[in-house]
Parts: sequence; structure tokens; C-alpha cells
Amino acid sequence: MTAAAARSRTDICIGDITVAVHSSNAAFLQLLEDRYAGFLQHAAAPDYQFEVELTPPSEGSPDDDVSVYRRNGRWLLERGDFRAEWDPAARQGRIRQSANPYSIDSMLRIVHTLVLAREGGFLMHAASAVRNGRAFVFAGVSGAGKTTLARLAPADADVLSDEISYVRKEAGGYYAYGTPFAGELARSGENLRAPLEAIYLLAQGAENRVETMGKADAARGILANILFFAEDVEMVQAVFLSALELVERVPVRRLTFLPDIRIWELIH
Amino acid sequence: MNANRYIARAADVAARMIGGEMMIMSGADSSLYSLNETASILWQAADGVTPLAQIVERHICADYAVDPATALRDAEELAQDLARHGILLLADAPVPDATLRDTVPPARESP
Repeated sequence: MTAAAARSRTDICIGDITVAVHSSNAAFLQLLEDRYAGFLQHAAAPDYQFEVELTPPSEGSPDDDVSVYRRNGRWLLERGDFRAEWDPAARQGRIRQSANPYSIDSMLRIVHTLVLAREGGFLMHAASAVRNGRAFVFAGVSGAGKTTLARLAPADADVLSDEISYVRKEAGGYYAYGTPFAGELARSGENLRAPLEAIYLLAQGAENRVETMGKADAARGILANILFFAEDVEMVQAVFLSALELVERVPVRRLTFLPDIRIWELIH
Repeated sequence: MNANRYIARAADVAARMIGGEMMIMSGADSSLYSLNETASILWQAADGVTPLAQIVERHICADYAVDPATALRDAEELAQDLARHGILLLADAPVPDATLRDTVPPARESP
């Protein structure tokens, strides 16, 4: 019997926020433990708890659009392959999905975006890495070079993610955290945390170059790379204002690069 | 053209001046807008109770070499454009509640 089978829940800790996933299906919990290895941390008092109701695998498609909206204080998260409800005040929710790691992965991303939006943080389409105790975030759309940059990271850098970066606003400023949300690298990031030193907006070009950016252009670039799914006026406004605050407080630069390891010489 | 028109900031938007640009996001559909200098002036003065003509006279004609009739016509066209995007209300009567809206909140302190 595995450790997962002996328990009825798996605790997944990302960004210092623990979500306990409850299920009576030991095989499913083992699936989660494999998927989130490196981000498992048992918590006596998890921040949030979700009960999983497993359905037959034929229901719905993960390619459908996701819908996230609030009704009577509860968040409803729906996509073809899952339906979840979450009461943030009670810190509890339920998800109905088949026994796969992808549906709950999406649910976790959405829940984290909602939690972070309340405190001025974000999930971003970005690679990120820690070097010399400082975190650097490299934001860009698909194809911008996030995975390439992560692959080129020097030996003394710890990659936090090659796809989805996690930024929290804390008492001392902004911090980047590792995530298990991987892109083409197909590998979870390191479960580390470091103060955010700078954000680079990626562009591919004929040479390696770093350019300073005006605040307004930086804000547009940051906003274009924030993950946020909720159809909710109040939360959208909060994310917008938080993004502009981030731009005021953290350097944002444009990074044009070749797929060349020397690009890391410009990162500091 | 009705000279006694009023403009008010829409309630479901967030706005902030950054890098010399007034940036506005619609909370309804996440559309992002960036206003030019004249539009920013109108936006910031759009309290719902000051007539558009008075805003133009005070904030545009006073600072720019433009005749009042032309400035008002341009301002009304601009206001109509912003209203079409749902980020400004254009009304024939005052919109007093608009004075209570704070869509440009002050910078927040770190916790």
C-alpha cells in the first residue's frame, strides 16, 4: 500500500499556499503525488480543501473554453472536462472530473490566480529562475522563447518554471516561487522562493539585447502575460491595478535574444 | 450639438496614470485602453456634474490655442467614442453619483 492509499488526501503546496485534495480513490491520489512530486507538503491546517468526485473518463473535453464566475459568494469553475465549486470564505470546494491530472491542474491554476488577485500577485505566462538568490521572470506568449531560455539557464541558476511563473506580493516586496506548471520542458520547476529582481519581456531577434522600457509599455506587456480567467468586474479591476503597481516597483525590461547561452550574461 | 452635456467615468472600469499615459481597463471584458493627452484631460474631469462645455473651457481652451467651438466639437466626438467603448458615460443631464466613484485610487501601501 502506498502512502497515498493510506491517506484520503494529498496536500499540494505551491507558492506557500497549500491545497488539500481529498479523494477516496487511492490510485487518483497516487497520480497526483506523481504529478506534483516536489510540491507535496502535508499541512496540519491546509489553506484550502477540495473534495474530488471522480466521473467516467468520457465526460467533456479539456479543449473547451473555461468559465470562471462568482455566484452567491462561491466561485464556479467550468470546462468541458471538469466542474468545480469553491467557497473562498469557507476555504472549501468540490471538483467533479475524471481520474486525470490535467483537470485538477487547471483548477489549481485558476484557484491560485483568484487567491493571488486578492493580495496583488499573479500567475504569468513566463519562465523564471533564481540566480544568486534573486529571481528573474521572463514573460512572453507561446513561442517567445520561455522554454528556450530555461534550457539555456546556467548551472548556477535554479529554474522555477519554463511556462507559468508565480509572483506573490509580500511584506518585503515581490517574490517569485517555483511551480509544477511546466511547458515544453515537461519538468516541474524547483520548489524555491526568491525576491523578484526584474521582469524581462521576451522578444526574439538577431542579437542579444536588453532595453529599458517606459512604464506604460511595460504595463501593457505585463498585462498581456497575466493569467486570469474570472469574469468578474471587481477582480479584473484588482488585477489591473496590481499589475500597474508591480510595474512601478519592479524593473521591467525588454529582452531580445538569440537562442544562445550568452544571453544569461545580460541577466542581472 | 447640445452644449449642456455631461460626462462621467463608467463604474466598471479601473484607471490609473502610468508613465504619462492614462490606462483604463474595462472590468466587464478586460479590454485595455490608453488615452491620449486630450482624452486624459476629459477623463480626469469627468465628474458627471460639470458640463462638458465648461470642462473644455477650463481644461482645454485655457491650455491649448484652440477656439472654443472647435474644441467642444472635438471633445464631444471624443466623449462619444469613449462612450461607445463603455468607459465613459455621456448624458444630457448631470450624473451626480459619478462624483462618488473613485476609479483612480491612490497608490496602495505595501502591507
